[in-house]
This record gives sequence, structure tokens and C-alpha cells, in this order.
Amino acid sequence: MQEIVVISGKGGTGKTSVLSALASLGPPKILADCDVDAADLHLIMHPRIQKRQEFISGELARIDPDACTQCGLCREYCRFDAIDESFRVWEQDCEGCALCYHVCPSGAIRMEPRFNGYWYVSETRFGTMVHAALLPGAENSGKLVTTVRTEAREIAEDQGIDLILTDGSPGIGCPVIASLSRTNLAVIVAEPTLAAVSDLKRVQELTSYFGIPSGIVINKADINDSLSDEIERFAKDKDLPLLGRIPYEEKITRAQIEGKSITEYDPSGLGEYMHRIWDGIQERLDAEQKASTA
Amino acid sequence: MKVGISSTGKTFQDQLDPRFGRAAGFIIFDLDSGQSEYLDNQGNQQASKGAGIHSAQNVVQAGANAVITGHIGPKAFAALDSGGVKVFQSEVKSVQEVIDDFRQGNLTQAHNPDKPGHWQG
Amino acid sequence: MRIAIASGKGGTGKTTVAVNLACYLRNLGREVTLVDCDVEEPNCHYFLSPEWDFQQAHNVPVPSIDQDACRGESCLLCVRECRYNALIWMVNHVMTFPELCHGCGLCSFLCPEGAISEITRETGIMRGGKARGIDIYSGSLNIKEAMAPPLINQLKSLAPRSGTVILDAPPGTSCPAVATVHDADYVILVAEPTPFGLHDFKLSVDVLKQMELPFGLVINRDGMGDNSLLDYAKQEGIPVLARLPHSREAARSYSTGKILIEDLPDFIEQYEQMVNTIYSRQKA
Repeated sequence: MQEIVVISGKGGTGKTSVLSALASLGPPKILADCDVDAADLHLIMHPRIQKRQEFISGELARIDPDACTQCGLCREYCRFDAIDESFRVWEQDCEGCALCYHVCPSGAIRMEPRFNGYWYVSETRFGTMVHAALLPGAENSGKLVTTVRTEAREIAEDQGIDLILTDGSPGIGCPVIASLSRTNLAVIVAEPTLAAVSDLKRVQELTSYFGIPSGIVINKADINDSLSDEIERFAKDKDLPLLGRIPYEEKITRAQIEGKSITEYDPSGLGEYMHRIWDGIQERLDAEQKASTA
Repeated sequence: MKVGISSTGKTFQDQLDPRFGRAAGFIIFDLDSGQSEYLDNQGNQQASKGAGIHSAQNVVQAGANAVITGHIGPKAFAALDSGGVKVFQSEVKSVQEVIDDFRQGNLTQAHNPDKPGHWQG
Repeated sequence: MRIAIASGKGGTGKTTVAVNLACYLRNLGREVTLVDCDVEEPNCHYFLSPEWDFQQAHNVPVPSIDQDACRGESCLLCVRECRYNALIWMVNHVMTFPELCHGCGLCSFLCPEGAISEITRETGIMRGGKARGIDIYSGSLNIKEAMAPPLINQLKSLAPRSGTVILDAPPGTSCPAVATVHDADYVILVAEPTPFGLHDFKLSVDVLKQMELPFGLVINRDGMGDNSLLDYAKQEGIPVLARLPHSREAARSYSTGKILIEDLPDFIEQYEQMVNTIYSRQKA
């Protein structure tokens, strides 16, 4: 089983557009949307939901107002400022550490399992997709990412499919680390802006730390040719294959508005770029496979 | 001497589970008496973090002086190392075959973790 | 006044708005502090190139065990009660794993022997400096660190309580974004007029409503997509603070790290409108 994860240090570089285009190319695959914080892939995939599961993770403190004597010890001890003057627990701030539960002299605080959102298994025109939606402001997206990927793996095994295509999370924190580990190839989508180039370098440090082979796709490449060239030099320097340069085109937004992948919307134009990128990915995967079986 | 083998099931015919922290369970096998017990690890399979080190803790508490697994992350490795527990690596095969390999000295001892850990630890 | 600039997804122009708003207000003669709370990918300094004159490590508390005082295997309260699985018992000692620790202090509170004290662990750095008369604070989370909120909170505490403080939030709706906007007086949500933009905007709106925070919308790259974002804002009664037009020039200007209101002065009007709308709402 092989897993490709598409990531981008910075948001808005077109990661989901690239991923949905790749989904329509190559061999059958299972899709895993790990961009759970702001999952957009479903807007292109139009999933038909087959199964919905609650995502429960961690705990939350709950104060029983009848038992509470408002002594203030919990407020004093809580390091996350999660309890306000009226002894209400602010869910977004509560880390579920249970210190207040142990501190409370009147036993007024209980720890409850925390409901964080849902994950789904759906059918799409490109294959089965596992995706999730966190409740607004919910935490623990790292564990949800792991849940989505584990489920995708199980479905792939059941269906006898050898490839998983994962939409990774942005950033360098816990969700992206959770979406990267044990993948076979990371496709990093970058754009030629000063900010994105710096984020690209940070995310590349991360993939190299985890020992994950990676390749780079430059999106909106013609916005700034000299920065695109800098990305190319960086790729060369780090011995990363440059999988392709995609031009900045209105068609990418048009495809999104129509709910299509760019390969479907513009098969001969942008679609051609994506085909070449896919070939590069395939080559890289084959090389990895050879190296690991040799 | 007892070895803990990460396993996909309870019997010697089950396969070695290549994951350490997220293994389905561990077979704790006493090389001297030939007796064995099964340690369920589902709690750690579900844990959001710290699965590797808690698996290490549980295997050692069950009396293992050595561990055989596929891949092990840095935190779990450090934990076992700190307890003086040796780590051996094996390919995926039946637990019986793994034990035979170990008895014949065919397994290599790991001196470093072989995969960077985080969530999959 | 504390104004947070946030967005449901990355790459919508949040940093552009934060930086240009800071410059615009500074040009009006106000005291302005800009805090880049996107500690996973701090970007504000690319546009402002501040001279850093302050640097401090960000430390979080982690337990340190006095093994001689520890009761050992008969107790293990700390190991059992830690919600983050950050401690284990290994043969003859308690082992701590600082990377997993959230610094809540539970273990040291519970230990019946007082055998657990706290030491610090560095997870990132904070810097401060000045550019164009604007005070700038920026934090950077070390690679492989997973927890941004403690760093964000400490970074925010560096900003003065007076004057205008602009907080550039990390994208998304999870913990780091919440930690940033939490105590803002007003939140500017930046979104693109595309299906992705609308979807992510709705998620942010849900969070801000839940947090009972006042907010308005800035449409960035207006004209690149469709009208669904504007229609939604109207339907929900969300004030539209500005509509920044889509242009290749703006994209190019951004890519090279220029200040938009200086490079393309046509944009000044938009910021004027944004500021007027926010301040008139605050007074009302």
C-alpha cells in the first residue's frame, strides 16, 4: 500500500485544487481529506455520505452549579484561563487536564468525554473518500487526522486498492505532523510569494525530519518568475524533484465554482499540466517501491 | 527470560504486528518455561498520543526483558532503553517463526529508533 | 482597541490586510502594535522588515521528578492521572516525556510526596522590533512542536493594553486561531469570493458567534469568483467592511513583499472605509 500526501506550508496555495485534479488521474485510489480544520475537498468531490461517526476525543470539565460553592480554587489553579467569574467553563479554552476536578473541594466538577465533530465515509466519482468536519473551535485535530487515515487504510485493504491520496493539513503543527507520518510521498504545493517560499522551507524541514520523500509543485508559477526560479533552485539544492509548474489562470477558480477538478474543467490545458505532474509522481513512487523491496 | 512480541492476535500462528505503539497486542513469551500470556493493547491503539511509551510501560510491567517488533519510534525506544530492555527487529511473519528466529539468534538488535515518531508512535 | 484579523482558511490575504491596516492607522498618527500570532508560519515581517531589538525564548513548564522522594510503583498517581500520557513507570523510575506535556501542573499538584517540581522547556521564540513606527511582535514555534496556543498567549501579553493592537491570527478555526481572537474587541474576517472561501467563511462565522465576538467581512480578490459570499453576508446581516478588488498587480505586489497601499495607492480608500466602519460600530 502506498500513500501520497499533498501538503503546503501556507494555506491558499491551491493544494485542494491540485489534489482533486490528481484524484481524477492514475490508478484507483482511496481519498483521505485530512485538512479537517477547513475541509474543502468535498466541494469538488460531492461525496455521497454512506456512514457518519461521532469523533470523541479528550475530556472537558463540567461544573455543577448546584454543588459549586464558588470558592474560586479552580479558577486559581487552571492554567488555561478556562473558567470565568461566573464559574462557567469555556470549552474552547479547556484543555481537559482535570486539574480543576482534583482541586475542587466540593466535588462539583466532572470530566466528560468531548464531542469534537464527525467523520464520514462517502462515495465519490473518483472512489471512496474518508473526510471529517470538526466542530467550530474544536481541538485535537491531530487525532482526527489519524482516525481519517486509519479508516482510509482499512477501506483500501478491504477494496484491494493499493493507493491512498491524502489532502494534508496546512501549517507545521500537530495536524500536519499527523497527516505526514508513514506516508510514501509528500507532494508540496508552493506558490512564488516571499511568504510561501519561507513556509515551503519550513514544511520541507518537517518532511525531511520524518524521512518522507517529497516533490514540489509550483502553483501560480507566473505570478513571480524569479521567485519560481528560486523555488526551483531550492528543490535542486535539497534534491527534491520539481514535479511541475502550473500557471496562474482564472480557469482554476471557474472550475471550483462549477464544482469540478481542473482536469475535468480544462482537460487539454490545465489537464495536460496535471497529467505530467501525475507521471512525475508515479515515477517517484515506483522508484521508492523499488528501493524498499531491493 | 521473557520476550514481548508485538502481535496482531493471541496465538503463535498470528502475524507479528509491525507497529509497536499501535500494535493490536503483545505476546509475552517465557523462553525458559515455554509459557506465554497475551497483553491486549487496544487502549493504546486508540490513544491520541503517548501510545508508544505506554505500550513500552505495559510490556515491561508484564515482565518482558526484550521486545521484538517491526518499527519503533524514538520515545518508545528511549523508554525501553531506560529500562534496560533490548529491542529486536523482525519482518512480518508468524509469532512462532519470530520466536524460532530469536532463539537461533537470527534477529538483529536495534540500537536506534528506526522511525521518527509523533502520532503514530 | 484590539483588532484580530482572521480567516477560515489560509492564503486569503489575512496578512496583507493586517499589515496594510497597521500601516494605514500608523499613517493617521495612531500608536499601532502588530502581533503576528501565526506562529507556525509567521509572515508579517516579510512586508515590514522590522529591526528586531528584543528576543526571548518561549518556555513551557514540564515536570521534573525527584526519584528518591517518589513513592514508586505503589503510587503512580501522576502516571495514571495525566490526561496527555506524558509520564510512564519504567522498571524502577517515573519517566517524563516533555513533548507530550501540556504544562497543566496536575502531576505536581497530585504527588503526595511533593516529588514533582517544574522546570521549563523551550518550544519557540518571540521577537519584538519596530518598522515604520509600528511596534511588531512575532513568534516562531520550533519545528516539530505541536502546541501553538501557549506561545500565542504569551506573545499577545507583550502587546500594550492601550493604543491599537492588530493581531494577525493563524488560519482556520481550531485552537491556535481561537487563542488569538479570544480577547479581541473586533474581528475582521478575510475571505475570497469563491466556493472554498464561502465555505471556510461560514465555519469562522460559527466560531465567532459561539464566542460572542463582534466581526465584519473583508472580501479579498473581489471579482475573481462569484457573488455567493456577498449574498451570504447580506443575508446574515454581516457588515462588509471592504471589498479589495482582484488584480494581477496586487498579486504580484504581494508576492514581492510590498505594502499594497504604498505600491498601489488605489487601495487606500478601501482601508479608510474599513476603519471607519469598524470604529463607528464600536462607538455605537
